[in-house]
Amino acid sequence: MRRSVIPGFGLALGITFLYLGAIVLLPLCALILKASDVGLAQFWGIMSSPRTLSALRVTVTMALAATAFNAVYGLLLAWVLARYEFPGKRLLDALVDVPFALPTAVAGLALTALFSKNGWFGAPLDALGLQVAYTPLGIAIAMAFTSIPFVVRTVQPVIEDLGSDVEEAGRSLGANDFQILWRVIFPAIFPAFLAGCSLSFARSLGEFGAVIFIAGNQPMKTEIVALLTFIRLEEYNYEAAAAIAVVMLLMAFTMLIITNAVQAWHLRYLGRGDA
Amino acid sequence: MNRFAIALAATVSIVAASVAPARAQAPTTLLNVSYDIARELYAEINTAFIKHWKAKTGQDITVNQSHNGSSRQARSILEGLEADVVTFNQVTDVQVLYDKGKLIPKDWATRLPNNSSPYYSLPAFLVRAGNPKGIKDWGDLVKPGVQVIFPNPKTSGNARYTYLAAYAYAKHTFNDEAKADAFIKQLFANVPVFDTGGRAATTTFVERGTGDVLITFEAETSSIRDLSGKDAGGKDKFEVVVPPTSLLAEFPVTVVDKYADKHGTRALATAYLEFLYSPEGQAIELKGYNRVADQAVMAKNKDKFPDVKLYRVEEEFGGWDKLNAEHLNAGAKLDLLFGGK
Repeated sequence: MRRSVIPGFGLALGITFLYLGAIVLLPLCALILKASDVGLAQFWGIMSSPRTLSALRVTVTMALAATAFNAVYGLLLAWVLARYEFPGKRLLDALVDVPFALPTAVAGLALTALFSKNGWFGAPLDALGLQVAYTPLGIAIAMAFTSIPFVVRTVQPVIEDLGSDVEEAGRSLGANDFQILWRVIFPAIFPAFLAGCSLSFARSLGEFGAVIFIAGNQPMKTEIVALLTFIRLEEYNYEAAAAIAVVMLLMAFTMLIITNAVQAWHLRYLGRGDA
Repeated sequence: MNRFAIALAATVSIVAASVAPARAQAPTTLLNVSYDIARELYAEINTAFIKHWKAKTGQDITVNQSHNGSSRQARSILEGLEADVVTFNQVTDVQVLYDKGKLIPKDWATRLPNNSSPYYSLPAFLVRAGNPKGIKDWGDLVKPGVQVIFPNPKTSGNARYTYLAAYAYAKHTFNDEAKADAFIKQLFANVPVFDTGGRAATTTFVERGTGDVLITFEAETSSIRDLSGKDAGGKDKFEVVVPPTSLLAEFPVTVVDKYADKHGTRALATAYLEFLYSPEGQAIELKGYNRVADQAVMAKNKDKFPDVKLYRVEEEFGGWDKLNAEHLNAGAKLDLLFGGK
């Protein structure tokens, strides 16, 4: 048997499994068990009701919109942070993590205060006839706010790792700026970028605290899935809540599997590059 | 391995230390689990009760309070929050402690006077100064262009009373179920935001400047008016409008027998709830603009509380069980009117 570099590997692994099992896996199993009380027909009834479908549609559409925004802006932010030196860079770098550290309810309150009709952003936007708070747009903004660090923090290190030699090689072979960006840089960062986006999307699907403050929470219009789960609980309707929660869990799992697959592909891609 | 043993010992002792005090709970501590907008009321009640108890028995006690949506609080108790007493804004949220948890006896509502409700209130309106949209009655709420703010009736007991009061109004006005349903649908359509609790709805109306009218308990409307101060012209920023008809909203209280017995606090908990009915308790509740059980006190405060025809759940909806089945349960009328199933 080959000795591991890290001493006490067996013990460390044991603790890791125990901890993950007790803290992560067990609650999920409990949730699935709870949902398994629900018969298949009832489950289908809960999930296919117009209210649930509408909540799903609002959540997924707005999460996609938030992710699209984060994809563009997060990539730009990561690029600026990785490639340039400027005063205040460390502060900007720290600011990116604020949505991670901030309680999401606080984020929701702050965003609502800003974007409501009498808020700093809301007032001028309202004068232009654009209402943000209490509309689906507000949901997307809250989601984008809480999930932007995912894109930045997955792409940034990859851009930093990317030596300028590849760019120079490209240039010496006669490529123009666009070609270098499109054919040299983008392929290298693409897997990380995709992973960041899917994490951002998964987080947006699950966001609750920030969203319920700024969403109007109107059924069929601005009600998100997480709130619907909450409402079912308030009705002591544990089965429906569990059923909806399991569907959200499956969506989150799917996103994570995609993320992992993309990252595995990325590692293979890098490995081939090294060889 | 040795280091691990030390770490393990440290962990065990930390866990043990954090578990121990929870078990050795002194019987001089009471936990009152209550609804969202009663923070200030019970802060004042508690101070008075602690003084009262000290004078009576010489014992120093602590009353802890926990506030949140009433249904959520009930669920926390069902899931293990060991409340000694509950003071809720909905009969159903107390009833569920018997139905789902058997934590209290079936006849809990008869243990204290007035259906175990030391004070009561009713859904009323808070409008902006000068009442620019001329809102006087429930019928004014469904006019086009009127924005109505109240919390989500699926997550807030407060808003469930609003729904029921509006429904009772519609029932008596139209004498036609379809028309009453249409009225409620229109009312919901005029609500731009459904916050999850009463306080959040107040924030939306007062701080965010959204909406023309806020519907909440009369007690809350009057307090908000007082707290919000005056505008530049020296007038109140908000006005309270009590509609000609509304629904009697009871605020039921009860000892949570199972936990009070476990903590040995039954006598203290009972005294606490009885204090709510005492002249001193009623005075504090009255100060918070609650209408109180003592009708003599009410008669003395006629100027503070406009006359209003109050419908009762028992007469209008045939009691809470029937009301739940027909209106509030999942898939019942409220769900259908509120936005599909």
